Amino acid sequence: MSCHAPVQDLSQEPQFPAPMGPKPLRTVALIGPPNCGKSTLFNRLTGLRQKVANYPGVTVEHHSGRMKAIGRNDLTLIDLPGIYSLATYSEDARVAVEVLTGKMPGVPKPDCVLLVLDATHMNRQLMLAAPVFSIGLPTLVLLNMADQLEARGGKIDTLAMAHALGHPVALISAANGTGLDVIPEFLLRTGSRPDDGSRPVQLPVLQSAASCRNWATQVTARTKYQAPAAALWTRRLDNVLLHRVWGPLIFLAVVIAVFQVVFLAGQPLSDWLTEIMTRAGTQAALLLPDNWLRLMLRDGLWNGVQSVLVFLPQILLLFLFIGILEDSGYLARAALIADRVMRAIGLNGKAFIPLLSAYACAVPAIMATRTIENKRERLATIMIAPFMTCSARLPIYTLIIAAFIPNRLFLGGLIGMRAMTMLGLYLLGFLAAMGTAKLLNSSVMKASTAPFILELPQYRWPTIQGLALRLYDRGKLFLKKAGTIILACTFIVWMLSVLPVHGGHFSELTSSLIGRLGHFIEPVIHPLGFNWKIGIGLLSSIVAREVIVGTLGTLYGMDPATHSLGLQSALRGDMTLGGAVALVVFFAFAMQCTSTLAVVRRETNSWKYPAVQFAYMTVVAYVAALVTNQVISRLF
Amino acid sequence: MEVTALSNAKVGSAGVVETIDLPEEVSHHLAHLGFLPGTSVEVLRRAPAGDPRVYRIDGVEVGLRNETAKHIYLRLTSEGEAA
Repeated sequence: MSCHAPVQDLSQEPQFPAPMGPKPLRTVALIGPPNCGKSTLFNRLTGLRQKVANYPGVTVEHHSGRMKAIGRNDLTLIDLPGIYSLATYSEDARVAVEVLTGKMPGVPKPDCVLLVLDATHMNRQLMLAAPVFSIGLPTLVLLNMADQLEARGGKIDTLAMAHALGHPVALISAANGTGLDVIPEFLLRTGSRPDDGSRPVQLPVLQSAASCRNWATQVTARTKYQAPAAALWTRRLDNVLLHRVWGPLIFLAVVIAVFQVVFLAGQPLSDWLTEIMTRAGTQAALLLPDNWLRLMLRDGLWNGVQSVLVFLPQILLLFLFIGILEDSGYLARAALIADRVMRAIGLNGKAFIPLLSAYACAVPAIMATRTIENKRERLATIMIAPFMTCSARLPIYTLIIAAFIPNRLFLGGLIGMRAMTMLGLYLLGFLAAMGTAKLLNSSVMKASTAPFILELPQYRWPTIQGLALRLYDRGKLFLKKAGTIILACTFIVWMLSVLPVHGGHFSELTSSLIGRLGHFIEPVIHPLGFNWKIGIGLLSSIVAREVIVGTLGTLYGMDPATHSLGLQSALRGDMTLGGAVALVVFFAFAMQCTSTLAVVRRETNSWKYPAVQFAYMTVVAYVAALVTNQVISRLF
Repeated sequence: MEVTALSNAKVGSAGVVETIDLPEEVSHHLAHLGFLPGTSVEVLRRAPAGDPRVYRIDGVEVGLRNETAKHIYLRLTSEGEAA
């Protein structure tokens, strides 16, 4: 690694009068290996005020935030990707090096570094310390998981360690929030004098993993580090959770339980929210004069946006479970169990994590495929990710299931028909993804297998704070979408449904612009069991899947015949069972998401892939919905 | 004791890594998880489907497919029970 003399970049310096004394601190970098508890610490230091963005030109996510939680609103903390070394084999490591050396455009050069290491296996973790020290920034070494270390009988002499490393060292627990006082102290000291107490020490040859390792082992030996005993509980739990028979069964039970709870607990919450919002809408409408404004606000906008907003409880519940599974360490076990299936369809086990996150949203999932080194495997993963059932499908699924599937319970109330239908839809998306992967693997893109290397973290309790932050993030995103894209689409649908104006009167729904458009496309979708209103819903949902629920809310709210009914009853009266099931099947397969298309375009750097993907998924969706409707309408 | 491929070692057996015969970027990644000549490794368990298997190295548990593990050679220090 070459060490360049720091270059003063005047354009990045704010034009303040130069302060007396040393240059004040502005930017702090947080770095550490994967699974060291870095993000927990980041959340502790910044609270909720963090920004997530991508580094220019690459898809590595960039979290940064003001260190408000420790009273240093003047400092920006940059969270670097979790990496094992600074050797630039991966994009993550390249980003880290560029940020630390001040070469990342748009990111100011950090003034100091917080290096987080997992105190429970120092031999390995210290390997990252040497290359980080060599960059030459003031560094505070934070040995995390002090609670684990102590509980399992490990010992670290932080003074001896600081002496051996030539940098200040502290033992902390990010999960419990203990020992964090050293951070503001370090920042204060580093800000007030250019010398932070670092002393040069002998560093190993950085390019060689073996020499870094030898150095690390020498340091731990010299400082009489005692590694803690094996995590007994993790071993015991894995005896069950990775058991030949119990493992897969528990895996299945966990998945079913998640859907069951999302349904059983989510539905009443959602109903309750609907009631409150309808009442609020009616009350508020009374304050408005009885003219087109009231029509527009209540029937147009409020109905539309409300019908999407009421799905917030289900979405938050789903993310709560994903969060618990991930934070507890179970997700890595799930990847281990699933690897065999992934391999059968020519995918790397590493594709499992992006695909799993595609259950939340395909956009971050496609960005996460950057961790797959093999280009063809990465492309295959990108192509199949949008088949995974993302949370944007949840509103239309829930709506149709609640309207058409009876609430019958089996096995003494353990398994409900609605939850099973939902699970079936998730399975359908998964099978479509698998089938497509197999197709790609056997024809266009024959993949060579990149290695599957998976670290199994020890089990731990998810923290309330970590989970709350996830839900807050997701909820905010969903509400933002409802307030922007969905609101705008609903507005356009409403406008088109009352225009053209005849002699000062709005059009009847069927003779409006949207009515005419709907009837024009009806022949194409009629064989699927869809009427023209559903057709308009499909057209509007090309922007984003949730929009269909908003559009239907507006359209049925505008129609005098269904005006006073809820959306569920309105649909029940206006669709056959075949058409309803065909609709959710259509949504299981179709690529109704402009954000996904845009991110695929950016990731593959070509319009070819998103175009092929859109066409392929739409054709599959159409054919599947056609077959579904024809079969069901003949059977029932 | 004899040198064997990691993928051939029985569950419960342990040994010391001798050589790793894998492409540069793979062995680099493995090195940072502790797979370096001279470190001791233990075959912990296998995934329900039999492959991948889980190894304990340096206090960390790492899952590897047999196709990767067969390029890592170790000198056995203790035999496991029948797998």
